[in-house]
Amino acid sequence: MKFGIIVFPGSNCDRDVQYVTRDILKQPTRMVWHEETDIGDIDVVIVPGGFSYGDYLRCGAIARFSPIMQQVVSHAQQGKFVLGICNGFQVLTEAGLLPGALMRNRDMHFICDRTAIKVERNNLPWTQAYSQNQVITLPIAHGEGQFYADSEVLAQLEDKGQVLFRYEGDNPNGSVNNIAGICNETGNVLGMMPHPERASDPQLGGTDGLKLFEGLLAKVAALA
Amino acid sequence: MLPSSPLLMNRQYQANIYITLRPSVLDPAGTAVQSGLKHMGYEQVEQIRIGKYIELKLSSIDENSARQQLDKMCEQLLANPVIENYRFDLVEIGA
Repeated sequence: MKFGIIVFPGSNCDRDVQYVTRDILKQPTRMVWHEETDIGDIDVVIVPGGFSYGDYLRCGAIARFSPIMQQVVSHAQQGKFVLGICNGFQVLTEAGLLPGALMRNRDMHFICDRTAIKVERNNLPWTQAYSQNQVITLPIAHGEGQFYADSEVLAQLEDKGQVLFRYEGDNPNGSVNNIAGICNETGNVLGMMPHPERASDPQLGGTDGLKLFEGLLAKVAALA
Repeated sequence: MLPSSPLLMNRQYQANIYITLRPSVLDPAGTAVQSGLKHMGYEQVEQIRIGKYIELKLSSIDENSARQQLDKMCEQLLANPVIENYRFDLVEIGA
């Protein structure tokens, strides 16, 4: 399974993701510069965290118009996997691949912490290595992570089971319905504010995030 | 006689664009500023909403087409319709 990690000017979690996919999971991994226009060789696209284009105007707003994003949209439309983490989640909402928007945290602070996250469903490749309703611990690090969608979109997300991850206990940023991560209707595009790549190496204090990547690999192994 | 360039027929406009949060969206920054003003004694202040203000110049064949271009720019990039509304003033500043 080949991973492609999109690198925008200002991305800063790209190499953390690469460490997980290439070094821990031993999967072929390619860094994809934002000006590239061919990602036909990639199975899973990861839009990493950071501050693409300095977060100018709105987080993810300018990154969305990078040449590479047209390829990411068509990759998603073919039903292939796209994962947006933190700033990557913001980019995917700006690009219209996921509904809603991410706004300034309720309490205005940049939050860098570990949070309890509940896995809402485990019948998708992203979460199949977890058990349903399992509460895991993942790091968050964001200033604009408050998920917002109007009540109609929100009802649709809930009805169709598109909420994959929810903050458990304290809601750190004011997200509606405690939403920490959502997928698109077909389940192949996932956006989440928590950082699974920062919880994948036991030496860094936790491995609850690794299962997300392992679940994907198991899915592909099953298809082969 | 030289053929006239299409550029020469364009008019110059100044646009002032106001981007505001949709009424249904909470504005934590506005709430924080409001509480700051109240601490300073401005008890009468209510409902602070913070938005963005963008100035730009553009050339266009007429006002209608300038407005259409601005609508597109706002819808595609300058505002996020999920959370924001926009409006703009347009003034012709020369041909």
